[in-house]
Amino acid sequence: MSDTSSTPSTPLHLAVALDGAGWHPAAWREPQARPRELFDPAYWTDVVTEAERGLLDFVTFEDGLSLQSSRRTEPDGRTDQVRGRLDAVLIASRVAPLTRHIGLVPTVVATHTEPFHISKAIATLDYVSTGRAGLRIRVSRRRHEAEHFGRRTLPRFGPEDLDTPVVRELTAELFEEATDYIEVVRRLWDSWEDDAEIRDVATGRFIDRDKLHYIDFEGRHFSVKGPSITPRPPQGQPVVSALAHQSVPYRLVATSTDIGYITPHDPDQARATVAEIRTAQAAAGRAEEPVHIFGDLVVFLDDEPGAAAARLERLDAVAGQPYTSDAKVFTGTPAQLAELLLSWQPAGLSGFRLRPGVIGHDLEAITRGLVPELQRRGAFRRSYEADTLRGLLGLARPANRYATV
Amino acid sequence: MSTPLKQIHLAAHFPGVNNTTVWSDPEAGSHIEFSSFAHFARTAERAKFDFLFLAEGLRLREQGGNIYDLDVVGRPDTFTILSALAAVTDRLGLTGTINSTFNEPYEVARQFASLDHLSGGRAAWNVVTSWDAFTGENFRRGGFLPQDERYSRAKEFLATATELFDSWRGDEIVADQTSGTFLGDARAGAFAHQGQHFDIAGQFNVPRSPQGRPVIFQAGDSEEGREFAAAAADAIFSRYSTLKEGQAFYTDVKGRLARHGRTHDQLLILPAATFVLGDTDAEARELAHEVRRQQVSGATAIKHLEFVWNRDLSAYDPDGPLPDIDPDPGEHTIARGRAQVRMYRDPLAVAREWRELAAANKWSIRDLVIETGNRQSFIGSPATVAETINSFVQADASDGFILVPHITPGGLDAFADTVVPLLQERGVFRTEYEGTTLRDHLGLAHPGTEAHQERAAS
Repeated sequence: MSDTSSTPSTPLHLAVALDGAGWHPAAWREPQARPRELFDPAYWTDVVTEAERGLLDFVTFEDGLSLQSSRRTEPDGRTDQVRGRLDAVLIASRVAPLTRHIGLVPTVVATHTEPFHISKAIATLDYVSTGRAGLRIRVSRRRHEAEHFGRRTLPRFGPEDLDTPVVRELTAELFEEATDYIEVVRRLWDSWEDDAEIRDVATGRFIDRDKLHYIDFEGRHFSVKGPSITPRPPQGQPVVSALAHQSVPYRLVATSTDIGYITPHDPDQARATVAEIRTAQAAAGRAEEPVHIFGDLVVFLDDEPGAAAARLERLDAVAGQPYTSDAKVFTGTPAQLAELLLSWQPAGLSGFRLRPGVIGHDLEAITRGLVPELQRRGAFRRSYEADTLRGLLGLARPANRYATV
Repeated sequence: MSTPLKQIHLAAHFPGVNNTTVWSDPEAGSHIEFSSFAHFARTAERAKFDFLFLAEGLRLREQGGNIYDLDVVGRPDTFTILSALAAVTDRLGLTGTINSTFNEPYEVARQFASLDHLSGGRAAWNVVTSWDAFTGENFRRGGFLPQDERYSRAKEFLATATELFDSWRGDEIVADQTSGTFLGDARAGAFAHQGQHFDIAGQFNVPRSPQGRPVIFQAGDSEEGREFAAAAADAIFSRYSTLKEGQAFYTDVKGRLARHGRTHDQLLILPAATFVLGDTDAEARELAHEVRRQQVSGATAIKHLEFVWNRDLSAYDPDGPLPDIDPDPGEHTIARGRAQVRMYRDPLAVAREWRELAAANKWSIRDLVIETGNRQSFIGSPATVAETINSFVQADASDGFILVPHITPGGLDAFADTVVPLLQERGVFRTEYEGTTLRDHLGLAHPGTEAHQERAAS
């Protein structure tokens, strides 16, 4: 065992995706789970603090505008799984003053919310975390979620209809709206130049209003005038990310985000998806801009070989059915996972977003097992090297699109 | 025996984006960095205040077609900053202003229920309305709401949000690891609302929060606003901080409660109040005058006159006499995004009165604006201010005050250190928090039981 036993590679970026008690539907029934505390701030503070102890780049917080469901298109009426959740932006903000380095990336649903509100919410998260905010954008094509808002009627469809023209058209429309949404959010972040606040006592002016800008966005789904009510956040542009499984969302990743999460099941799939995103990026004129691609994996980790697989089997028995996921499900030891991550990395992945099967167990296995394994291989940081999320991701603080040089 | 003394409720209003806030003072700090908010909240909590209050604006103000640049500009998102403040305080209530016009009930109910969970039962919502197309330009709906429908929408918005808060009883999260029952009721959160403004149905996805519902504030002063408050609010953020006006407002609004089947103690009246402290009353008076000169610069005085004149007056000298021309009586176009302009209902009469006052006292434009503007509510030594506040509350001019300091973030420090102990000595202000929730601080019932009973009866 030596720190120099393998060739140092480009350091990996690591994130953890937080959802309830973990990604396995029976996670809440494990002894380490705290299912009665899922609505308490102490639970979220402890979990994010643990992720920060592991020097992770950031955590994401899942969110949605309806009760969780095991069905993709409708409620399931189940009572044997975690149901109910708190607003992800507010969880992130509640945790921000109690952490110092880790990035905080809540999920935001573009389909039913206001880009003006979300832009200032994430800017504010950036202020309260002094530069560690991001967002993960998603769309909702669920009819029952639309009925919670009563503003638009979405077609009724089931899982078998996902590939029909109607659903494909709806998906394209919602992603087009999400693209506009991010454009508005980003313009609003830039709608104040960094030095707009002048506090010039001689002239009595608090701001130089020439450094505030109307964004004048006009789109198919909304028009937004601006400027934001919140000054430009510390990072300038907080980090925008999205999960993508198909060409339409790949284009969103390519045109609008700083990070895309993809779900390859092997390095070849990863390579192909990365290539598709890079092509779309070039087509969007962003070839020169850094867009990180993270691989998503659901992980069950135990030190004892075979123990994680046995644990998953036991969890599946409790749940009454085998666990399936859009992402690859990994069971094994932290060392095996470290090897897998490093062998997938050359497919063009900057890092990975790990979804702990059971947060109470697998998060610590990541921070105290996987991270040291990666450090030993020279593939992960040994201390936080930057104060902002952009800094951790190697993204420069961007120039303001409205500033005249 | 004399009647027992009323207990005073005190709150701290984070300095706002208007000329009450003096940003030019060397003591003035950032209005956007979290450290300012944390300092302010911690001071309020150290002083055992009931809550912190945050205002909101959804479009930067404009005057004469330009973004208004003389006051503090820029503020954070209400929910996000309050949730962060929940992390650096333990007991302080967290009251946020949220507009009912440019939001949807499902999302707002979810944000308040989440904030209430994340603060252990300290959330409050100041429900405001607007209708203007000016603000609407930042939102999906645009300027969709006729002015006379804003209260009807606000009322239905609040009623709908209440249905969402009450869609969970509070006992549904079983989380029994042995039996495998997480949710005790598959229909938890079920709701259906059909009305003039909202037609929504489904399941709310935030379990019942510690307070059941956030405490509800109302701030409008119109007839409709007062009725709205008497029917549905727990507290009013009013603007009548003088003894006589305060008493008149207090009597009026409390008198409306019975008609809504409510009792006297179910609605608190909390006016906004400014203050200046000095070692002596004379010193405080001097300081108060200085502060008013800081608040009303020459440029600010001209802008203030423009609210009344509804014209561009930039050519006038603030140290010179008032304009000879009359106000433009047409539709108000000079200032946008402000409530203040609606205060002058008869601009011609106001202008006439001001000219006479200025002539009689030999006041310049700036002098006039300083002298006719609102004076600080409480000016004096700590003993004087404590005595005045207490006497106002005991005389039913209010149930307490929402204090608006003029300096960020330290403007509350002296009040906390000098006035609060005097109120505590008199036995009219708490020395320790007795409960954990904002409802506890305000002496308001928890709505949990009520919702249970209604449900059991139906």
